[in-house]
Amino acid sequence: MATQSAVETIDLTKTYNGITAVDRLNLRIEEGEVFGFLGPNGAGKTTTILMLLGLTEPTSGVAHICGYNSTREPLKVKSISGYVPEKVGFYEDLTARDNLAYTAGLNGLPAELAAKRIKEALGVVGLSQVADREVKTFSRGMEQRLAIADILIKTPRVAFLDEPTTGIDPEGVKDMLDLISRIAREQKMTVVLSSHQLPYVQRICSRVGIISRGQMVVEGSLDQLGREALAGGRFIIELQLAETTSELVDCVKKIDGVVSVERQGDLLVVSCTEDLRPQIARTIVEANGLLVQMKIQSYALEDIYMKYFTEG
Amino acid sequence: MAALLTVFRKELADHFTSWRFIILFAIVLVVGVFAIYFDAQYIRQSVTESRFVFLQLYTTSGQALPLFIFFIAFFMPIVGITLGFDAINSERNRGTLSRLLSQPIFRDAVINGKFLAGAVTIAIMLTSIILLVAGLGLRMIGVPPSSEEAIRLFSFLIMSIIYGTFWLSLSILFSILFYRVATSALASIALWMLFIAMFVFPFFTQTGRLGLTVMLISPITLFWQIVTITLIPTARLLGQVIQTPSPLALGQSMLLVWPHLVSIIALTVVCFAISYIKFMREEIRST
Repeated sequence: MATQSAVETIDLTKTYNGITAVDRLNLRIEEGEVFGFLGPNGAGKTTTILMLLGLTEPTSGVAHICGYNSTREPLKVKSISGYVPEKVGFYEDLTARDNLAYTAGLNGLPAELAAKRIKEALGVVGLSQVADREVKTFSRGMEQRLAIADILIKTPRVAFLDEPTTGIDPEGVKDMLDLISRIAREQKMTVVLSSHQLPYVQRICSRVGIISRGQMVVEGSLDQLGREALAGGRFIIELQLAETTSELVDCVKKIDGVVSVERQGDLLVVSCTEDLRPQIARTIVEANGLLVQMKIQSYALEDIYMKYFTEG
Repeated sequence: MAALLTVFRKELADHFTSWRFIILFAIVLVVGVFAIYFDAQYIRQSVTESRFVFLQLYTTSGQALPLFIFFIAFFMPIVGITLGFDAINSERNRGTLSRLLSQPIFRDAVINGKFLAGAVTIAIMLTSIILLVAGLGLRMIGVPPSSEEAIRLFSFLIMSIIYGTFWLSLSILFSILFYRVATSALASIALWMLFIAMFVFPFFTQTGRLGLTVMLISPITLFWQIVTITLIPTARLLGQVIQTPSPLALGQSMLLVWPHLVSIIALTVVCFAISYIKFMREEIRST
């Protein structure tokens, strides 16, 4: 299997008492990606994750994690994937260390290796100081970080984080997401992240998928999604010139691939079919224009998301 | 297997460090010691021709307090229920269950481990209490148990453990059936009170066939009949326990309690089997 994806679903469907929670979902996530799994509450995100982990049986379709069938080889799948449920909890009367030791035991790690990994994991999430405190004294944010440490114990290849940022303060959210992206990078872990913190998801995810009523509405890298959703598939480039003359505008209009040029105050907004920044710069310089700045429009995930859900 | 042991060890440690276990142990121990103390006082003052003086420690009523075996019949359900009523649903509510089940273990390791840990806790508790009480009794009446008495006492211990285990498996079943911890606790307690009522008030035996049939599956009644036959060699079973002057041989006593013992074991197995199937089939839902 040369082109094996970390996560793959083929026509994955789940029906609960006649209600379709996940509807013929096709998803493919490559190894090493940080994938943002978005959608309104009840869209089927958690159900999809549960099926991928083999915790819930799909009504039809298949789910694979690193080539292992989630329904037929659940143990294999569970040993290479970590899961942080939305309402994650720990045994309150046990210390953080003991909680992790329990996970290590369930994963069959020998005591020495377990102790080493627990120490490392607690260090990574910044809980070394409170390792021997009972979990009931922990804040929500600490518990969420402990949950991250908990999946690090088994060094998974794929991590599923279901709303890891619910119930923590803005600074905590930022720390948490920085932590997640750092871990993904350092441990070469594929991360599937479901979250409503769109600005942050935008920062750490290489690709996002938006799901609604059990179906994948759109999927792709952020730039691509933004273009498709907000600019009709075009690249929007903004220019600022020292002096905007109509000759310069005509020159820019003549470049191959430029669809339209609009003046917005002292800005020129160029809509084109591909990234034409080098060509535009050259044209302006050759026409003796003075280019102050030029930038390609970036898209806020929030705008993309809202667009899909106000229309749909 | 390794996973089962991990779950077992953790649950056992949880039981032994939990306040609810320590309090229960203290109550049962204090009550047991009191019962034996007054029984021993009574035995010392009275004249007996019985060969089974030592066993009388557990079965004689010292007037002030009911018998030791009555306390076991009465309290073991509470112990079993306490150890199991929140076994599964508390994990679900705390959010540890989905984390637990996403580990590479077979799902039955969780329920088996929990059941086993509860059963072992009950066994340790009963063994220590019965031995402690035996030691105290020995000191007070100064008559050592004969070998037959020792065997009868040992059978009593085993039967009490099975009896406690029945309540454990019943409460684990409720913890799977009911989502809320309070509901499963109340359901277990309600059933316990129903059986206690059936046992204490003779109403049920007087309702004829139906009442008698229900009595046949009441674990408290079954246990009561088992222990009286086991510990009082002169007891016979005739619907209800009656006593005759001539003691039964050990083997004959065992033969008499055998069907009742099988009934309790069967009840335990049924409860556990339903829990097992329900738990294995249960889907982890997103909400």
